[in-house]
Amino acid sequence: MSTELVIKDLHISVEGTPIIKNLNLTVRQGEIHALMGPNGSGKSTLANALMGHPLYEIDSGEVTFDGVDVLELESNERAKLGLFLAFQYPTAVPGVSMANFLRMAVSAVRSGNSNGSETKLIPMREFRRELRTKMKQLGVDESFARRYLNDGFSGGEKKRAEVLQLAMLEPKIAILDETDSGLDIDAVRIVGESVNQLIGPNLGVLIITHYPRLLNYIRPEFVHIMLDGRIVESGGWELAQLLEEKGYGPIREKYGISEEVLANEGDQDPLFSLRR
Amino acid sequence: MTEQKVTETADIGVSDDYEAKYGFHDDIKPVFKARKGLDLEIINQMCDIKDEPDWMREYRHKAYEIYKQKAMIKWGGDLSQLDFDNIYYYVKASDRAERSWDDVPDDIKKTFDRLGIPEAERKFLAGVGAQYDSEVVYHSVEKELEKIGVIFVSMDTAVSEYPDLVKEYFGTLIPSADNKFAALNSAIWSGGSFIYIPPGVKVDYPLQAYFRINSENMGQFERTLIIVDEGAEVHYVEGCTAPTFSSESLHSAVVEIICKKGSRVRYTTIQNWANNVYNLVTKRAFAYEDATMEWIDGNLGSKLTMKYPSVYMKGKGAHGEILSIAFATKGQHQDAGGKVIHCAPYTTSKIVSKSISKDGGRSSYRGELKVLKGAHGCKSSVVCDALILDEESRSDTYPVIEIGESDVNIGHEARVSKIGEEQLFYLMSRGLSEDEASTMIVNGFIEPLVKELPMEYAVEMNRLIQLQMEGSVG
Repeated sequence: MSTELVIKDLHISVEGTPIIKNLNLTVRQGEIHALMGPNGSGKSTLANALMGHPLYEIDSGEVTFDGVDVLELESNERAKLGLFLAFQYPTAVPGVSMANFLRMAVSAVRSGNSNGSETKLIPMREFRRELRTKMKQLGVDESFARRYLNDGFSGGEKKRAEVLQLAMLEPKIAILDETDSGLDIDAVRIVGESVNQLIGPNLGVLIITHYPRLLNYIRPEFVHIMLDGRIVESGGWELAQLLEEKGYGPIREKYGISEEVLANEGDQDPLFSLRR
Repeated sequence: MTEQKVTETADIGVSDDYEAKYGFHDDIKPVFKARKGLDLEIINQMCDIKDEPDWMREYRHKAYEIYKQKAMIKWGGDLSQLDFDNIYYYVKASDRAERSWDDVPDDIKKTFDRLGIPEAERKFLAGVGAQYDSEVVYHSVEKELEKIGVIFVSMDTAVSEYPDLVKEYFGTLIPSADNKFAALNSAIWSGGSFIYIPPGVKVDYPLQAYFRINSENMGQFERTLIIVDEGAEVHYVEGCTAPTFSSESLHSAVVEIICKKGSRVRYTTIQNWANNVYNLVTKRAFAYEDATMEWIDGNLGSKLTMKYPSVYMKGKGAHGEILSIAFATKGQHQDAGGKVIHCAPYTTSKIVSKSISKDGGRSSYRGELKVLKGAHGCKSSVVCDALILDEESRSDTYPVIEIGESDVNIGHEARVSKIGEEQLFYLMSRGLSEDEASTMIVNGFIEPLVKELPMEYAVEMNRLIQLQMEGSVG
């Protein structure tokens, strides 16, 4: 029985402005989905709201994880169910080492204890062994563990730290929010290859991106196109290829969504190309 | 019987020889009846009990005169609730007020549990009778120190056994006239440490006041004098993270440290006095040529702490550093900070102050950075970070900067923040509860100081912060 993340008729506003308008999507363990859309289509809003960001108001709709109503739960409770979000802009927490943080996070998620009771920490030696193994697997240098969480990290380092957390926390469904943004070619390859190592029947992945570079490395079975707060089309790999060839223009025309509706339509990646 | 004695005592001039008048045996000490308030009689009786030399007795008398004349300070924290006449200024350890274990607040007991404080120490720290005898620990350390010529004794012992050293340095950094509380301490001091490190000797493990802990040494008016000779190195640690009970509400210690040429000295304090204590401390160090002096100052307890460790860079190339944390919760005011005074050229200094206020507590940074005329080519950096955890709490910054030369490199930064929503969300998205996330953020905030502490203190400090964040510490 694989875990399902089911999003039904979801409407979300931010400070009174509707951003997500009637979105429907189901992601299962073992499946790889790509959610693509131009800037301003609401992709990051969706990702953050699914994780429980306090700023996003759920207007209506339902999100269940293994049948459990997720919208009623705090962020940490969602994490304990097995949901993970790799942030587009990971927050820095100065003074907290990656190792200490990871030990706390892994202990919290694995213990599954409810809010109010104290998390029992995984014994140090056991944790260190696991961390070392995973870091080696992902090709992350051991000195990384001593650095302060996202503090002074380059863009690439932040994304790799997110992937390391994904590896350590072993979620059932992971949302990767623009994990390739701000990275050069090599960094994208490293992130892509790392995530590939973690892909398997126990992990459902929702890759959110507006250009398909990362998809060169992580081939999705399901591709969804998001415009103006909802999914307008779903298909397979050929949909991504279409976007690569034609851009978002034709799709926008098809659904009658003009350019003015989209906010912050900005930088298109000049290396917008697929490699077979 | 007791009443008779008191009357007889009053008939005699206090400096008269009790032994002669009463034919007391040498091994019976005169009876000292503790009473509140401070006057010459109490000072003299204390000198008698300690069997102090005349030169120290005179020093105290002069200090007492100065204390009486000085006006009460009007800045800093609120001292209006402190009734100076309603305090015991000198109480023999055996006469100290005690309480029963049942009276010790539950949250204090819980803290002891969480910090893993051994049984014997708990009772002692909580003010539940029984002398804590750390003599065993101390004696083994003492032997090793003797071998390398290091002197580490109580200040009382030093006055009688090393009078020349004491006379040379006592009160030279902090004279009685320095401030009202220095005068008070100079008049009625008791306990504290005396340390002398000979030239070139590097003591490679921290000397801890805890080695010699007993009721005498946990006094209200401790006096500490540390002399580190040329090229020598030492790290001294005082206080503890566990909440410490005191029957008396006024604590006013004085610490003087002389760092001679090329020496390196670090003085670490973690203070967690019970919340009835007014903790008014004067701490000063002189760093001579190429010497380095570091103050690590952790203020967690007390009702009001006023403490600004200072370093006077007196010789070329000297370096002074002050790392200070203040954590103020409900009903507390931590008025802390530091002073660095550049008296010589090419000296450097650094102040890092981290303050946290929670549940209506108040944390203030009060600091002074001074570059005197003639102190060319100096560098100094001051960073004060304040973390205010809720709407009821308060943080203030009172920096004073006086620069007397133009070729200096000075940096001053002050930042105020609260726990960021984005940080909270990020950590919670990894499974941490809001409490766990807040605690992690606060621990990260004070990390620059915690990583300078000896390991056991660092662990205790983090655990203590966790308890403070849960709001369960008294």
